[in-house]
Amino acid sequence: MTEATPKIEPKIKLDGVRKSFGDKHVLNGYSVSVMPRESLVVIGGSGSGKSVALKCILGLLTPDEGEIYIDGKPTVHIRASEREEINARIGMLFQNAALFDSLPVWENVAFGLIQGKGMKRALAKEIAIEKLAQVGLGADVGKLGPAELSGGMRKRVGLARAIAGDPDIIFFDEPTTGLDPIMGHVIDDLIVKCVKEVGATAISITHDMASARRIADKVAMLYKGQIIWTGPVSDIDHSGNDYVDQFINGLADGPIQMELRKA
Amino acid sequence: MNPFQAIGAGILNFLEATGRLTLFALSGISHCVRPPIYPRLILRQMIDIGFYSLPVVGMTTLFAGMVLALQSYTGFARFSAEGAIPNVVVLSITRELAPVLAGLMIAGRIGAAMAAELGTMRVTEQIDALETLSTNPFKYLVAPRLIAGVTMLPLLVLIGDVMGVMGGYVVGVYKLGFNEQIYIVNTWNFLQASDVISGLIKAGAFGFLVSLMGCYHGYRSKGGAQGVGAATTNAVVSASILILIANYLITEMLFTT
Repeated sequence: MTEATPKIEPKIKLDGVRKSFGDKHVLNGYSVSVMPRESLVVIGGSGSGKSVALKCILGLLTPDEGEIYIDGKPTVHIRASEREEINARIGMLFQNAALFDSLPVWENVAFGLIQGKGMKRALAKEIAIEKLAQVGLGADVGKLGPAELSGGMRKRVGLARAIAGDPDIIFFDEPTTGLDPIMGHVIDDLIVKCVKEVGATAISITHDMASARRIADKVAMLYKGQIIWTGPVSDIDHSGNDYVDQFINGLADGPIQMELRKA
Repeated sequence: MNPFQAIGAGILNFLEATGRLTLFALSGISHCVRPPIYPRLILRQMIDIGFYSLPVVGMTTLFAGMVLALQSYTGFARFSAEGAIPNVVVLSITRELAPVLAGLMIAGRIGAAMAAELGTMRVTEQIDALETLSTNPFKYLVAPRLIAGVTMLPLLVLIGDVMGVMGGYVVGVYKLGFNEQIYIVNTWNFLQASDVISGLIKAGAFGFLVSLMGCYHGYRSKGGAQGVGAATTNAVVSASILILIANYLITEMLFTT
């Protein structure tokens, strides 16, 4: 008699998620699954709904239809306290880092520990300095204000904040946007290293293909609010999908018609 | 477009906006009394609203008191009632001018700053970041500002009362030739506790309105720098109008006292 292998539940699963703003249908039945410790990169053009989907998972937006499961539990219509519990296990690196201007760098990194988890400030500061070191920043940076940092440093601080609470899940919203190629590469390497060290499941959204290739285990292509292709990163160059081919090669001609070209 | 359709759409928009504001205010108030409370943030807002607004409120009420004494003299001299000037000054300052002027000055200084700060936090995703860090933005951003507004404006008005009466005294004694002691005695004897208290009640309400409008417009702002600019303007204009409306309603309520 053979024992059945236990079925591994996806860490995050979006099932038929729809979201509209007025007449604009941004997500049209978005469905995707991410397995534990997997790194999914969602690619797609500007305005294709990548950020909206992330905000739906985080509970910042409520989908009009569909369900989002985290560890197998539905999360769309949960209470605020349950949402806070879920978000305490999630780290997020925002596109422009979204650091709090009124707080020094170390307090930005320690924010979730102090406010979200009620940790003592002294202990939280020690952890923040450790996390800053993990992203290659010295303790002296901790005293600076966010306005005194360069773009690359802001991203690093944002990354340190995202991993400060040792989250199960980390989201990266266009992590390399606005950075030069070398700094973009450095940030990608840090993302891979930090996600592996923390043992987290990651979802990144980007339209930077070099970055996607570096950080992804699996890639999903979003077009007009739907996932039109998904597969391992190694398959992306022979996906057999014209939309994916056009996007990854940055071709002007192909099935994807830019709004501008229609006019 | 049918004119009735336009009127109907306008009324529906107004009702929708009123409903949104009411829900925002109720949510803000409920977070003021439910833990966690952030004493450091409340203290910081109190310093911003209370301490740093002292010069503005002090100067405004001082000159209001001075002008009031001069203008009253011009009018009252026509029927030999100059002796009533200390009474008119203290009554007008405590019941009306100090709360309204302080409220309007704070709407310009603090309401605008709150809307700009929260608006910038909204468009730069800092408010979203708060939520992802398991921190309720209402508790962290709105509640401390509401608490500080309601508690600090009465204190500012109390100081404004003293400054306004002092302005009237300076003009009365040094320009209009009143006897110092008689001016003070007339002021003190005529003043009743209810005059000061009614002004402080108004101040508390105005402080709430200024903080509420600053937070509401900032929190809901969108569209980058232009959106933040619009939020700032809306916060100041709506707070100023609401202060004047609330001033009449509270005066009507306290009319017999």
